[in-house]
Amino acid sequence: MFKGRDIISIKDLSLDDINVILDYARRMVPAARGEENLPLLSGRLMGRLFFEPSTRTKLSFDTAMKRLGGGAIGFSDTSSTSVKKGETLADTIRMAEAYSDCLVIRHYNEGAARLAARFSSKPVINAGDGAGQHPTQTLLDLFTIREEKGRIDGNHVVLAGDLKYGRTVHSLAHGLALYDVEVSLVSPRGLEMPGEIVGTLKEKGIGVREMNSLEEAVADADVLYVTRIQAERFPDPEEYRKVAGSYRVDLNLLDHARDGMIIMHPLPRVDEIAPEVDTHPSAKYFVQAFNGVPVRMALLDLVIRGGDLDG
Amino acid sequence: MVKELRVTPIRNGTVIDHIPPGMGLKILSILMHDDPAGRTMTLAMNVSSARQGKKDVLKVEDLELTPEQVGKIALLAPEGTINIIRDSNVVKKEKVVLPDRVVGIVRCGNPNCITNQREPVEPEFVVVSRSPPRLRCLYCERELEDIIGNIL
Ligand SMILES: Nc1ncnc2c1ncn2[C@@H]1O[C@H](COP(=O)(O)OP(=O)(O)OP(=O)(O)O)[C@@H](O)[C@H]1O
Ligand SMILES: [Mg+2]
Ligand SMILES: [Zn+2]
Repeated sequence: MFKGRDIISIKDLSLDDINVILDYARRMVPAARGEENLPLLSGRLMGRLFFEPSTRTKLSFDTAMKRLGGGAIGFSDTSSTSVKKGETLADTIRMAEAYSDCLVIRHYNEGAARLAARFSSKPVINAGDGAGQHPTQTLLDLFTIREEKGRIDGNHVVLAGDLKYGRTVHSLAHGLALYDVEVSLVSPRGLEMPGEIVGTLKEKGIGVREMNSLEEAVADADVLYVTRIQAERFPDPEEYRKVAGSYRVDLNLLDHARDGMIIMHPLPRVDEIAPEVDTHPSAKYFVQAFNGVPVRMALLDLVIRGGDLDG
Repeated sequence: MVKELRVTPIRNGTVIDHIPPGMGLKILSILMHDDPAGRTMTLAMNVSSARQGKKDVLKVEDLELTPEQVGKIALLAPEGTINIIRDSNVVKKEKVVLPDRVVGIVRCGNPNCITNQREPVEPEFVVVSRSPPRLRCLYCERELEDIIGNIL
C-alpha cells in the first residue's frame, strides 16, 4: 500500500515497491505526453517546498501534478520565505502540510526530507536533500533502463565519471543492487565509487568490475550511465582537462560499443557527452529526462490516492 | 580476593565492570557531568582481568543509572557489566545492551546533517553493529565515524 507513504530514500523501497511504481509509471506515459486526459488528482494540491533551486526537478514535479489534474503551491527558493527569518524546517512543514495533500521537498541539508516526514501527516517525497538522497531520480533511471531495454535484469550497466561524489550514481547502485545485473565502474583515480557501496553490490551477489577505460567498458555494455566530472575536484586544471578528455563520450567511442547499448545521463551535461551523440540512436538522456514526468505522476498518485486507476 | 581490594568497597551503588582500558575515564567524565550531587566515584584503571586482559572498573556510590546513561556506557563499553550493589552485595548484574536505536545521546558527525541545524529533533541512529558499535544516522544516512567524540 502506497497511500500516505513517504518516499525518502531508495533504500526504503523493496523490489516489489519499485516494480509497482515502474508499472504504474508506464501506465502514465500517454497522459504525460498529453495524449490522454487523466484527471486522477483533480482538486488535489502538491506542496512544493524547494529550499534550494532546481529547474529540472521542479518543472518535472509541477508537470506531473498538472498532467493529473492537480495543482501546485509552494516556493522554489527561500529568498522570499520566513525561512530567511529563522523559521525551522519543522515549523515550515507543520504550516505547509495543512495546505496540501502531499509535500515535495528539496533542501540543502542531508536528512531534511526524513525530518519533514516526521512533522507531516501528509506524505512527503524527497526531491533531493543536499548530498544525500534523490529517490525519484533513481526511479526514473530504473524506469528508463526498463523501458529501453525491456527489462532491468540481465543488463550490464556501466557507471562512469565521478562515482565518488555523485549522489545519483550512489542511489542508482543501491537500486540496481535489487536486480540481477552486472555493474562496471569506470572513474578517474580519486573519484572511485565508495567501498561501502561496492560492498553492498557484492553482498547482493552482483558482479562488479572496476575498469580503467570507457572503451573497454562499453565493449559489452547494455547501459552506459555517464555523470559529470567537476573541475573543482581537481587541484590542477591541466589534470582536469586530461581526465575530462578521456571520459568524453563521442561517436568514436560508440564504434567500440555493443549494438543496442543505451547512453544515460542525469543532466545537465557539460562536455562529457559530445553534441554529435545526441542524434545517435543510443542517446537516451532526453527520453530519460522526460521519464521523470510519468514516474513522478505515478508516485504522486500512489502516495496521495493509493494509485487505484478505477477509483 | 586481591581484585576486591583494589577499590574501596561500597555499601550501595553501581559498579560498572569490564570497561575497555582507557574508556573508564570517559565514562567517569560523562557521569560526573550529569551528576550535580557530586557523588563519590572511584575508578580503577588497567585492572588485570581473566576475561579481558586489562579492564577499567568504575564504582559510583548511591546511584543507579538512568537508561540514557546506560546507553552511553553501551557505546563506550559494549561488553560492560552493570552491577547493582545493595548492603555491600551484588543484587543485580546486567550486561549493557545497545538498543536498536540510539536517540539523543550522540550527535551526527556530518555538519550538514539536518539534526545539526536548529531543528526540534534529537539525533537518532540505527545500530548497524553492537561490538564494536557502529551507528548510522537515521536522517542523513551517514555512518558516524567518531562515536566517542560525538557523545552529547
Ligand atoms: N560491595 C562492593 N563494593 C565495591 N565493589 C564491589 C562490591 N561488590 C562487588 N564489587 C565489584 O563488582 C564487580 C562484580 O562483582 P562480582 O562479585 O559479581 O564479580 P564476578 O563474579 O567477577 O562478576 P563477573 O562475572 O561480572 O565478572 C566486581 O568488579 C567486584 O569487584
Ligand atoms: Mg569478574
Ligand atoms: Zn546525520
